[in-house]
Amino acid sequence: MSEQEQLEKLYSEVLRIRVVEDEIMKIYSQREMRTPTHFCTGQEAISVGVCSALRPSDQLFAFYRSHGWYLAKGGRLPRMIDEFFGKVSGCSHGVGGSMHLIDLEAGVQGTTAIVAGAIPHAVGAAFALRYNKTDNIAVTAFGDAATEEGVFTESIMFAVLRKLPVLFVCENNRLATNTTIEHRQPNVPIHERVRAMGIHAELLDGNDVLAVSKAAKAAVQRARSGEGPTFLECTTYRFLEHCGPLTDYHLGHRTEEEGEEWKAKDPVFRLEQKVSDDLRASLTQKYRQEVHAAFESARKAPFPTTLIPEGVQCL
Amino acid sequence: MPVMKFIDAIRDSYVETMRAHPEVFLMGVGIIDPKAVFGSVKGIREEFGEDRFVEGPLAEQMLTGMAFGASLMGLRPVLIHHRVDFLPLTADQIVSHFAKWKFMFGGQQKVPTVIRGIVGRGWGNGPQHTQSLIGLFAGVPGLKIAVPSNPADAKGLMTSAILDDEPVIFIDFRWLHNEEAEVPSGLYKVPLGKANILTSGKDCTVVALGPMVEEALKVARLFAKSGIHLEVIDLRTARPIDFPTVAESVRKTGRLVIADPDWPHAGVSATLISQISQTCFESLKTAPVSINWPNHPVPASYGIEPTYYPSANEIAQGVARALNERSPEEFSQTTKFFEGPF
Repeated sequence: MSEQEQLEKLYSEVLRIRVVEDEIMKIYSQREMRTPTHFCTGQEAISVGVCSALRPSDQLFAFYRSHGWYLAKGGRLPRMIDEFFGKVSGCSHGVGGSMHLIDLEAGVQGTTAIVAGAIPHAVGAAFALRYNKTDNIAVTAFGDAATEEGVFTESIMFAVLRKLPVLFVCENNRLATNTTIEHRQPNVPIHERVRAMGIHAELLDGNDVLAVSKAAKAAVQRARSGEGPTFLECTTYRFLEHCGPLTDYHLGHRTEEEGEEWKAKDPVFRLEQKVSDDLRASLTQKYRQEVHAAFESARKAPFPTTLIPEGVQCL
Repeated sequence: MPVMKFIDAIRDSYVETMRAHPEVFLMGVGIIDPKAVFGSVKGIREEFGEDRFVEGPLAEQMLTGMAFGASLMGLRPVLIHHRVDFLPLTADQIVSHFAKWKFMFGGQQKVPTVIRGIVGRGWGNGPQHTQSLIGLFAGVPGLKIAVPSNPADAKGLMTSAILDDEPVIFIDFRWLHNEEAEVPSGLYKVPLGKANILTSGKDCTVVALGPMVEEALKVARLFAKSGIHLEVIDLRTARPIDFPTVAESVRKTGRLVIADPDWPHAGVSATLISQISQTCFESLKTAPVSINWPNHPVPASYGIEPTYYPSANEIAQGVARALNERSPEEFSQTTKFFEGPF
């Protein structure tokens, strides 16, 4: 694959996530989807860049802001949309909603809504993948606030101690809901704090999909060859509110000026400078059709008819 | 049939399951300590190797999440805590992850992990090293909780727990560790959620858990001399509770005493009495009786601490109340026999 082909492939995946999120946002107020949606608008380059280095058999442990991670890893779109619509054909059978996505065929492990909750899961999965003599790796994605939880530090230390094949990916958008990072962390960059624990740690422009892809590939290679875990701090920006389809500038914790500055660094915008307008237009239309077909199918699908999912026994 | 100690029976379960199932491994803080978790993991590292005997740093929340992730990948971790008092620190992984996962994804995922906690007592251990916490976790759907009362059950329940596809909390009481009894050889299971009727009787149902089972049996032997026959039921698991077995017994005897090694509020005894009262009300001849630990933590001082723990004494008085046939004074002579070993 030539460089331009690789760029266009990455662009198509980033754009697809953007289009899916945009189309969901547009119809959200119609109340057909009643689930807390944590959009990844603006952060798509991280999931696409990292997943470009992964196999389906590598295991992803993500969190509630995972529409992009789910799709980038190869999760099936109709099952995700059905889940948002609360239908029994949803990826989680209508039990989880937007925060709890899963697609085992694509290596997307069930996502958790507890901040940092999945980070030790990746450590355990990496342990098991090695125990079972595979060279698959575990990846865990989380935000900057997850690095404040004690279990994050515990997980990094153990992964280093045991040289486990884990890739820790931090999407640093400097926000925990509406609390900015200077209220929560001392002024030490996350990757430096983590590096002191002995892990290979890098700081990346999270909105540069090529840079993320390159770093992820090196990290995956390190993990597969037994050299241990990597931590990638990917700086980015969350265009929308913590949860929901609107912006949050009216709350006053951040400014629209800052938002404008970040638009110039938007991953989709940057990639579009390097691809043809025709490609942009044709892909946009293709993905809009894809997601609208998913909406139509979701509307027709049935709701669950039992409180307990079929086949599950609750003792 | 070999006779062995309760603690060695647990070890036997580990060895048998690890030999038969390569996906089983042990993990925990301080399991490589030469004391070998009160002897229950002795020789396991030597036989099975470091990969299956994973020493953990003092990072219990991470270790619990690690067990979770490993079990998603098809392994069967047994996470060992030296004290059940370390479980609350890990409650997020237990309650919000382990207990939710099968339900939350419509049955797609299994998390077969055993989390073991040991209950302490005596020698000034004090409030933080003597908790039972059975009731705390027993209310959470998605968990199973095994509480063996004797060596054979300790081995069989541990084996069931390890080979169960759902998360199981296994709680063993330290002062049972040296009890000896016959334990079958080889790999066998004692089913989770099925109570064991130990003595048959029509006069009163006595349900007991863990260390209270032997105390209840002492009371049954005493009353039998007077021609009163108690039906002693070992619950074996605090979740699920085998309500049908208890209900069938209460419909026969009309009287219920429960001896629960835990605080009185919101635990196994409260749940059982509530359920039986609601479903077997017309069968009850007298009010149910609950024998529990006091509604406060355990003080350290050996000058007073021994009085904390109910024993056969209290169960006998409870049975007398349930029988409502003799006054407590008539039993005070006989109950003097129960003054030890603790």
